[in-house]
Amino acid sequence: MCTHGGGAELLFNGVKKHHVTLPSQSEPWDMKQLLVWIQRNLLKERPELFVQGDSVRPGILVLINDADWELMGELDYQLQDQDNVVFISTLHGG
Amino acid sequence: MSCEVLACLQWLCSHPVPVSFRLCFKDFFIHKFKAVLGKNRIIFPGEKVLLAVSGGPSSCSMLRQVQEGLSQKANKKLRFVPGVAFIDEGAAIGQSVEERQRTVAELQAVFQATGFPFYILPLEQVLDLPASVVATNPSPSEQPASAYKAAVHHFVETDGSNFPRPQEPKKTLLPRVQESHTLMLQQLLGSVKTLTAREELLNTLRQHLLVHTARTEGYSKLMLGDSCTRLAVKLLTSISLGRGAQLAQDTGFSDSRYGDIILVRPMRDYSAKEVAYYNHLFTVPYVVIPSVDTKTVDKASIQRLTESFVTKLQTDFPSTVSTIYRLTSEKLQTACRKRSGADGCDRCLLCLCSLDTAVGE
Repeated sequence: MCTHGGGAELLFNGVKKHHVTLPSQSEPWDMKQLLVWIQRNLLKERPELFVQGDSVRPGILVLINDADWELMGELDYQLQDQDNVVFISTLHGG
Repeated sequence: MSCEVLACLQWLCSHPVPVSFRLCFKDFFIHKFKAVLGKNRIIFPGEKVLLAVSGGPSSCSMLRQVQEGLSQKANKKLRFVPGVAFIDEGAAIGQSVEERQRTVAELQAVFQATGFPFYILPLEQVLDLPASVVATNPSPSEQPASAYKAAVHHFVETDGSNFPRPQEPKKTLLPRVQESHTLMLQQLLGSVKTLTAREELLNTLRQHLLVHTARTEGYSKLMLGDSCTRLAVKLLTSISLGRGAQLAQDTGFSDSRYGDIILVRPMRDYSAKEVAYYNHLFTVPYVVIPSVDTKTVDKASIQRLTESFVTKLQTDFPSTVSTIYRLTSEKLQTACRKRSGADGCDRCLLCLCSLDTAVGE
């Protein structure tokens, strides 16, 4: 499940939660591939406000099962079934 | 808590995020809020404090901290009397009346749940403010340091019975705004040529309205929800905008430019990331409201550019924000403090800070 908050949802037509079923492949999906997938399938506008290069734009907090993705290996983290990924924009708002 | 310490704490407690980590983090987060208020000792027991809530994550987190701090079960309860002010800036971004009402309704539900009195203020109201709003009122006489301790002691002894009780929230109807007012405000904002200046103007108008509301409703303190990240960006932006002399007031914990109303920034020790994380773990409600710089490119305004610069640097160097903040803002002093007051050094009409226009002194 993919959730967007803090303003990030503005780039996804205002939709906050997405139940995502990724197409099966031989290798497990990692975060890097998930980002590409999100960009291709869910992101509705202004990709540069969400992704930057291979990763997310600075200022976007990524949580995997409520833990900071920096602790899980960031882009290299391999997704498991029922994982909950949350993207929160920390830029919007005081 | 710096990002590194936060990361360590999480790693030690390991994944998935267990209950122990959540409680540890929550305690620390709440403790930091009370500590910053306790350390600075400028909010006296029973004092009326107006919380400026924009609906964004930082100010809503601040609202939650106040709720937690005031609750009966709290260890070392907070002792002031809060009210909440929200400014509806829908006109500035061209929102329709329906969109604005929807946002206001969402926030109204959040405010009602707190039980605190709240004020919904359309930004258009700033056009009707009397000229007195741009005056510094005499501040109440300087309290000696011992007065704080004495006040707390007295409050505890009398069990707070002599102090104003938290008011019953008034039934506030959503204020009607005349279309002509909205147009006038939009014209004003439209007449400003750059986004940089527009953001600054909005800031000024917002502050005037908040201070005026605090004055008319009898509040002596105004709490703003700026996080450490925000203030670091504001610090650098201010320098770029020629506001170097006013840095201490613009980014410090307390700001006494208005005299009778003191602005305080209790969220200044929290990074935007910490706030976002806390809000997520403890489901703090907040409402995302677009502002004039939403979805703009990096170079659209000085504020946006600085924000982008700081945020990017922070990714590779996680102590960026805390360094900017700690080494500069805490060391800054207001130069004019002694001179202002009776003889009243000249002040800027818009921001009410002392003028810093002397050349080559």
